[in-house]
Amino acid sequence: MQVPKHWRQIPQRYRMEATKCKKCQFISFPARLVCPECGSKEFDTINLSGNGKIDTYTIIRTAPEGFTDQAPYALGIVELDEGVKVMGQITDCEPDNLKIGDRVVSKFRRMNEEGKTGMIMYSYKFVPDVGI
Amino acid sequence: MVGIVGYGTQIPRYRIAVEEIAKVWGADAPAFKKGLGLNEKSVPAPDEDCATLAVNAARNAMKRAEIDPQEIGAVYVGSESHPYAVKPTGTIVSEALGACPYVHTADLEFACKAGTEGMFIALHLVKSGVVKYAMGIGADTSQGAPGDALEYSAAAGAAAFIMGSDNVIAELVDTHCYMTDTPDFWRREHAHYPEHGGRFTGEPAYFRHVRGATTAMLEKLNLKPEDLDYVVFHQPNGKFPTTVAKQLGFKEEQYKHGLVTPFLGNTYSGSSPVGLAATLDEAKPGETILVCSYGSGSGSDAFVFKATDKLPGVLDKAPLVKKQLNENKYYLEYGAYAKFRRKILKPE
Amino acid sequence: MRDVAIIGTGMMKWGELWEKSLRDLAVEAALLCFEDAGTDRIDAMTVGSMSSGLFNGQEHLASLVPDYLGRPLTPSIRVESACASGGLAVRTAFVEVASGMADYVLAVGVEKMNDVSGDVATYALATAADQDNEAFHGVTFPGLYAMIARAHMEKYGTTRDQLAEVAVKNHRNGSLNPKAQFPMAITRDTVLNSQLIADPLRLFDCSPVTDGAAAVLLTTVEEAKKLNKQPLVVITGVGHATDTIALSQRKDLTKLEAVQAAAQRALQMAGKTIKDMNFAEVHDCFTIAEICAMEAMGVVEPGQGGPATIDGMTALDGAFPINPSGGLKSKGHPVGATGVAQICECVSQLRGTSDKRQIKNARAAITQNMGGSGGSSVSHVLEIR
Repeated sequence: MQVPKHWRQIPQRYRMEATKCKKCQFISFPARLVCPECGSKEFDTINLSGNGKIDTYTIIRTAPEGFTDQAPYALGIVELDEGVKVMGQITDCEPDNLKIGDRVVSKFRRMNEEGKTGMIMYSYKFVPDVGI
Repeated sequence: MVGIVGYGTQIPRYRIAVEEIAKVWGADAPAFKKGLGLNEKSVPAPDEDCATLAVNAARNAMKRAEIDPQEIGAVYVGSESHPYAVKPTGTIVSEALGACPYVHTADLEFACKAGTEGMFIALHLVKSGVVKYAMGIGADTSQGAPGDALEYSAAAGAAAFIMGSDNVIAELVDTHCYMTDTPDFWRREHAHYPEHGGRFTGEPAYFRHVRGATTAMLEKLNLKPEDLDYVVFHQPNGKFPTTVAKQLGFKEEQYKHGLVTPFLGNTYSGSSPVGLAATLDEAKPGETILVCSYGSGSGSDAFVFKATDKLPGVLDKAPLVKKQLNENKYYLEYGAYAKFRRKILKPE
Repeated sequence: MRDVAIIGTGMMKWGELWEKSLRDLAVEAALLCFEDAGTDRIDAMTVGSMSSGLFNGQEHLASLVPDYLGRPLTPSIRVESACASGGLAVRTAFVEVASGMADYVLAVGVEKMNDVSGDVATYALATAADQDNEAFHGVTFPGLYAMIARAHMEKYGTTRDQLAEVAVKNHRNGSLNPKAQFPMAITRDTVLNSQLIADPLRLFDCSPVTDGAAAVLLTTVEEAKKLNKQPLVVITGVGHATDTIALSQRKDLTKLEAVQAAAQRALQMAGKTIKDMNFAEVHDCFTIAEICAMEAMGVVEPGQGGPATIDGMTALDGAFPINPSGGLKSKGHPVGATGVAQICECVSQLRGTSDKRQIKNARAAITQNMGGSGGSSVSHVLEIR
């Protein structure tokens, strides 16, 4: 049971909350305490758009514990329009038809659960941008 | 003026055809299709549930309303397939929208009318001046027992409505309701699938309450069926709503936009709300819409809305219902459907 | 700093070693090392293991290993940097000797991965990734490297055949290594027809799950001369660097910056360039990793790793042999032991004792041992003196 950890991640997973450095404008997702570009420790909080394009991806066929029933699933690094790169599953797609450069948008999806009686985890995932 | 300031829907992309289900259980597909007015239904992906559908529908509503989420004073989510038996879906939605912490939140349950009851409460909360904006959401991923008649229609979908008094796109004219304790359909705690009274779910249940609420609504407003431009009834299949329409004196042009079940299935708490959204997608300023939901157990909520001149301007801001209904569909075979719906499970 | 020599190495044949426990493996490797060294004196030791906690429920290896080696009161450190744990155990031992803190330091790398089921092993390995931002989304190590592979193929036109050739070459070498887990030659078709794990990587693009240990004994060059160690193998350069833990935070997905920096630092310390090296042992956890590593280390230009492999540059008889031991692919990859075993192979080659897989005129070698998807990397330069 990792309730506190999952709860702490809600702003990031539900709203794609990121930190924007006040000094150099570099956006860090996930949020950081120290800007990796300029070392500053002052940030504004922003919500990312979730819109972007696929930078690279794979189709996981041998899944880790907790994901075995979901395989095969597509997982990729998406470069958001804000310039930030984010890793996430790509769902509502035919994984074999994905291409680098495809436009995607984010959707709120059910990620996993801790067994039949445990907590349910939600997060952003990406779907092909078809205006739906 | 109080009414809808934003609305949105979310329908899963997966579908299963009536023929595919009938093939497995040895049923007569053409007869089902004709008798129930059903062709195919939506199937939620394994990573979709009532909460995800509610959030995505609510976000589409926010795209049309264009308001600051911190100004949302209440969020109500109605469903009969909440992800947790105890732990609210409403707070998941509120957090996802960024409405927390000063937002009144509640989960509602009343079979298929849990969505409209959230809308009812949201409207009157805004009308009474307690909150600036309030949301009513109907979202479901309900199940029918394998081989049961309800398996052909139990589908997944959500519609969300933001109520307010600024930039109203559909004005609330009035509401009414009709409730009795009529046990036509229920699910006991720990039971996986619901049970129902067969033909008892017809006349004593659906028809009596829908007629009761609609008739009372029309009387209260001193209107006749032909005075309304559109009507949306709860639509458990393609037959009940058209039959009750005929009984009440409504015509096909009035209900055709809002009748989504034949190619969507019954989205339970999302049923008449999605129908209302589909109607708003087509309504012109000044046109009136009567909505009457039905929830087993039993009761009906009735509303009359009037489209304002602000409605056309918001349509493009979020996907139309017909786009979600007709595009990007992916058909499943029964095996994949049963796996998605957890009707078959690997051993522990 | 004092000059540091390697006077002994030891490793058993790697594989699914059901009868040997975690502590058995560590002790056995140490004993083989003492036999090779001709002395069993140790003043301190380091133990490299990625996750004895998750694979075996056992932490505190720093206490367990010297205890079961029969060396009470010995100072001992457990070193962890995911799959670079072994290499860093060697580096830590080097620092102890070079600084004068200790004269004889044993570095042991050990991992026992087969006591848990496959999906638990996959989970344990995935803890090398960013838990909150990568593992949470269901990524696996093959998945991370598959994403690198796809980006590399997109940017440089690297082909499936080129990736497969890395595995073919390493198996050819491994078939000549009596300690290898899978000492059998394979064909390109074997790789291309094997089960898909994470597109585009297949089973034979991936290093296996292995039980094993390796150990090296370090001392000063002065002590080594006293023991009349001939030929004398000296660690002339050590380099270490880290990079972002998450793949999505890298500036260029196809470039392993930590590998480049670590190799440059090691070579600089040795006063050498990559061209002065005769061969390398690199971290081919996946076929694409070897390609990216050789590019980062400057063996070839970026993007040329695939073509160079197909051309035979990195074969045993090529211009720059890579992974004469068979690499992680054929030799096996008991995670914490790998970095130490790379040193063992280099020592064997430099001494001229590599038998059927001996590289001619082997005088200088560089190792590259990497953690995670490139979040850390350590390189050692070894030379004959």
